[in-house]
Amino acid sequence: MVTDNSEADVKKINHILAGYKGESNLLIQVLLEIQKELRWLPKEGLIRISQELNVPLRQVYHAVTFYKAFSLVPKGKYTVTVCVGTACHVRGSPRILDRVEQTLGINSGDTTPDFKFSLETVNCLGCCAMGPVMVVGDVYHGKLSLDQVRRILDSYD
Amino acid sequence: MEKITLNIDGKEITGEDGMTILEVARGAGIDIPTLCYHEKLEPYGVCRLCLVEIGTPPRTRLVTSCVYPAADGLVVKTRSERVIQTRKMLLELLLARAPGAKIIKDLAEEYGVTKARLRKTATFCILCGLCVRYCAEIKKADAIGFIGRGIEREVMFIPEIATESCPPCRECFPLCPTGVLESNFRLVQSLLFKK
Amino acid sequence: MPKLKSALELEELREGIVSKRDPSRLCFTVCSGTACLAIGSQPTFAAFEKELEKQGLKDRVDLKPTGCPGFCEQGPIVVVYPQEICYLHVQPEDVAEIISQSMKGQIVERLLYVDPVTGKATSRESDIPFYLYQKRLILGNNRLIDATKIEDYIALGGYKALPKALFDMTPEQVLAEIEKANLRGRGGGGFPTARKWKSTRDAPGEPKYVIVNCDEGDPGAFMNRALMEGNPHSVLEGLTIGAYAMGSHEGFIYVRQEYPLAAENIAIAIKQAEDYGLLGKNILGSGFDFIVKVHKGAGAFISGESSALMNAIEGKVGEPRPKYIHTAEKGLWDKPSCLNNVETWADVPFIINNGAEWFASIGTEGSKGTKIFSLVGKVNNTGLVEVPLGTSLRDIIYRIGGGVSGNKKFKAVQTGGPSGGCIPEQYLDSPVDFDELTKLGAMMGSGGMIVTDEDTCMVDFAKYFVHFLSEESCGKCVPCREGISHMLDILTRITEGKGQATDVQLLEDLARMLKEASLCALGQTAANPVLTTLRYFRPEYDAHINEKRCPAGVCKDLIAFYIEPDKCQACLICARNCPVDAINGGKNLIHVIDQSRCIKCGTCFDVCPPRFGAIKKISGEPVPALILEQDRVIQRKS
Ligand SMILES: Cc1cc2nc3c(=O)[nH]c(=O)nc-3n(C[C@H](O)[C@H](O)[C@H](O)COP(=O)(O)O)c2cc1C
Ligand code: SF4
Ligand code: SF4
Ligand code: FES
Ligand code: FES
Repeated sequence: MVTDNSEADVKKINHILAGYKGESNLLIQVLLEIQKELRWLPKEGLIRISQELNVPLRQVYHAVTFYKAFSLVPKGKYTVTVCVGTACHVRGSPRILDRVEQTLGINSGDTTPDFKFSLETVNCLGCCAMGPVMVVGDVYHGKLSLDQVRRILDSYD
Repeated sequence: MEKITLNIDGKEITGEDGMTILEVARGAGIDIPTLCYHEKLEPYGVCRLCLVEIGTPPRTRLVTSCVYPAADGLVVKTRSERVIQTRKMLLELLLARAPGAKIIKDLAEEYGVTKARLRKTATFCILCGLCVRYCAEIKKADAIGFIGRGIEREVMFIPEIATESCPPCRECFPLCPTGVLESNFRLVQSLLFKK
Repeated sequence: MPKLKSALELEELREGIVSKRDPSRLCFTVCSGTACLAIGSQPTFAAFEKELEKQGLKDRVDLKPTGCPGFCEQGPIVVVYPQEICYLHVQPEDVAEIISQSMKGQIVERLLYVDPVTGKATSRESDIPFYLYQKRLILGNNRLIDATKIEDYIALGGYKALPKALFDMTPEQVLAEIEKANLRGRGGGGFPTARKWKSTRDAPGEPKYVIVNCDEGDPGAFMNRALMEGNPHSVLEGLTIGAYAMGSHEGFIYVRQEYPLAAENIAIAIKQAEDYGLLGKNILGSGFDFIVKVHKGAGAFISGESSALMNAIEGKVGEPRPKYIHTAEKGLWDKPSCLNNVETWADVPFIINNGAEWFASIGTEGSKGTKIFSLVGKVNNTGLVEVPLGTSLRDIIYRIGGGVSGNKKFKAVQTGGPSGGCIPEQYLDSPVDFDELTKLGAMMGSGGMIVTDEDTCMVDFAKYFVHFLSEESCGKCVPCREGISHMLDILTRITEGKGQATDVQLLEDLARMLKEASLCALGQTAANPVLTTLRYFRPEYDAHINEKRCPAGVCKDLIAFYIEPDKCQACLICARNCPVDAINGGKNLIHVIDQSRCIKCGTCFDVCPPRFGAIKKISGEPVPALILEQDRVIQRKS
């Protein structure tokens, strides 16, 4: 499912960058925009960002490895995000995460070999009252129980 | 420059406005240990070894002398019990991370840190940032930088730049307090630059 | 829309809006906050749209998506005005009935709130105990407002404080009012707001910046999200007034990217305020200029710290600066910059409208006004709770929260997030304010309140926070980066049953060093969860270290699941649910767990029907020997 469209990616990046020439203080905002559009940050893109915004590559590398929102590898079609915030934790999110990892056969931070799912954790989504919470794509699943996990994940194709 | 007078370890010491506590103390020959400080670089305040106690009891606190601006009338203790306790624990941490580094071993001995209570996490780099800051501030080459966050923080040569800039320069290598920088550079060179 | 050029024009606009609204008209509101959306309020809203269309009522009644009222667990929530009838867990299939009954002035009994103890139903929203004992100033309007419509805010008296400040007060008078109100920052530190404003105002250097901190990194807290999503104009109005008081003409709103709806709603609010001339050049003809930009966070708890946040806005990595000069004097681009929490800013219009004395009459001696808490975890009514400062923990947890859920025993309440601490039963009568909780070794922090019960292992809980901080520390300074990581190491080995007698001392030494030597407040307070659990739950640590036992039955390496042979009814449920097929069972065969395959996920424990209750957690003692094969057949009476 992952195709080598790095050329198309670079094009998209150039397109986004066009509005930000020399705006070094918008580095993180630009990275977020590109991450949102491509769902990852290809290396050639980082070099372009460094040149266009006039930010040392050193700072770009630090930013993309510092913040959780950025990924330096391509992501699966759906991102599965399990909340491991405190409220979800006391309501059993560690076991939910274990179950998702087992079901998908990957660890948190990884992507399934068929590039269908990427698994991530987050420290609170602000819907703590619904905990434990898991988000697949942009659909939130609240008050999750262990036996729902497989059913939910199976419903995606 | 306006003259200011501080009381450091019971002695009246004069300095100039705009100096840090460390600069005033060192100017008077008072020894405060440092690892991330370098007189040519912006103070960075991360090794925390240069902590001193300021104020008069009961209102005293610890501050990093390499950053804290000296002020007229300030009372400073560089080796109070509180300072020594804290430095000792910091040295335990540093020793676990860079067990072989001479400067850290020497300081540990001086402060009487003998027992190794912590698990060794030997990565040798103590992330003092001297190399990174020297390269950025003095050489303006930005060939080396930090990556990651928290315990995963590391120093990394930026391949796109280091391949060109580093081999003829090497000026940051002797600054490294643990000596790990040069060996890391060799490693990276053999892995990356040859390609 | 035309720009408003004076306070008078704003009042005319308000009158125009209000006069077109009929307070006796039937109106259905559907909560559309993130949590309600998570549980499906969108389909409910869509069902209302469709049903109203179908019944031809579209022009006779109103339908409104509103902000989060904070009773998220009961969502999707629908309130029918003017009677204020509150329906909970409303599904699309309930909608037709709600509409037809409401048209007749009737109530749908089965969707009302029912008191779990008395079994009594409550119809009016404000009579529900969860709301009844709250004092909702800041949150109150959330459920009345469609956040994407500035007119809703204006109709409820919004943007009244702004012209009052701009035309009737000097900047000094605004500042004096905030000072007299004794407002303290809601972001965690409780710093006197007026003092910070004054520093920024008096500091040399132009321009000056004002900033809203909506990073809300404290996991388990969502009061800032609810406000930003539900009533963004109240924050904007407060920010603008603050800017006027400090002589700032540029503001930033820093929102974490995990809150997409908050970022979206605040952007809409800024646009609308600009269109009306409530932001921008020459606001309401006063001559005062002020613009606001939104900056998104990219996922880092530490970026909520003030100097780190300013680095982030400058486009740098959001780690703290090693400076001893306050950001109020040298902040963003080294210019005077005043950073306040979302809730702090939202308090400002209230103070200007109602006066400092009114505000100072609420709360305790040192802590004035109300505070929103996010009451979550093992409690019956989870959600947002706004109460006067000084309300006791017991009132919050029991009177409003309805007590511990699932008939379990209360163990501790964790306040203040990762910098806070765990407070045990004996201190539940302590008033919640900035100073009292600090005395207990915890912190009020930004308002997170996580209730734990007997099933929570306090060592594991402390480890949870330390793990969180080990990932969220920026890693710049030695004490925090190395100290937290060693603490985690030690706590991990204790929970694995490998703890040593000297470990507690080592934890305490590390804790002292963290507090003394760390560069920023993250490291300085990082040991609080460990210190408070050591202080109040020391026997649990001892059990782990000395007896290799986890009293709460949580730490995987110290527990085993065991099927009691005389209770097992061979129902096969556990065997079917075990994800690793570690349960050997069969029809009429007493089930047994293969301990070598068991991954201790606890599924069997959860699914075993309560009337059998055959599965037991064992800790600190050996698992009984397997029963003999010939004894496994269950002899049933026919
Ligand atoms: C690690 C860390 C994280 C913080 N996160 C937040 C946050 O998410 N929101 C917030 O308002 N303040 C946060 N703060 C506190 C801010 O530094 C600052 O004190 C606060 O925003 C000031 O606003 P106030 O005076 O209105 O409370 C954090 C502090 C630290 C040390
Ligand atoms: S490599 Fe050496 S100089 Fe560079 S940060 Fe590490 S210890 Fe400091
Ligand atoms: S205390 Fe922690 S978070 Fe703060 S600067 Fe030091 S390493 Fe970074
Ligand atoms: S802790 Fe999971 S949503 Fe807040
Ligand atoms: S020399 Fe001051 S903190 Fe390192």
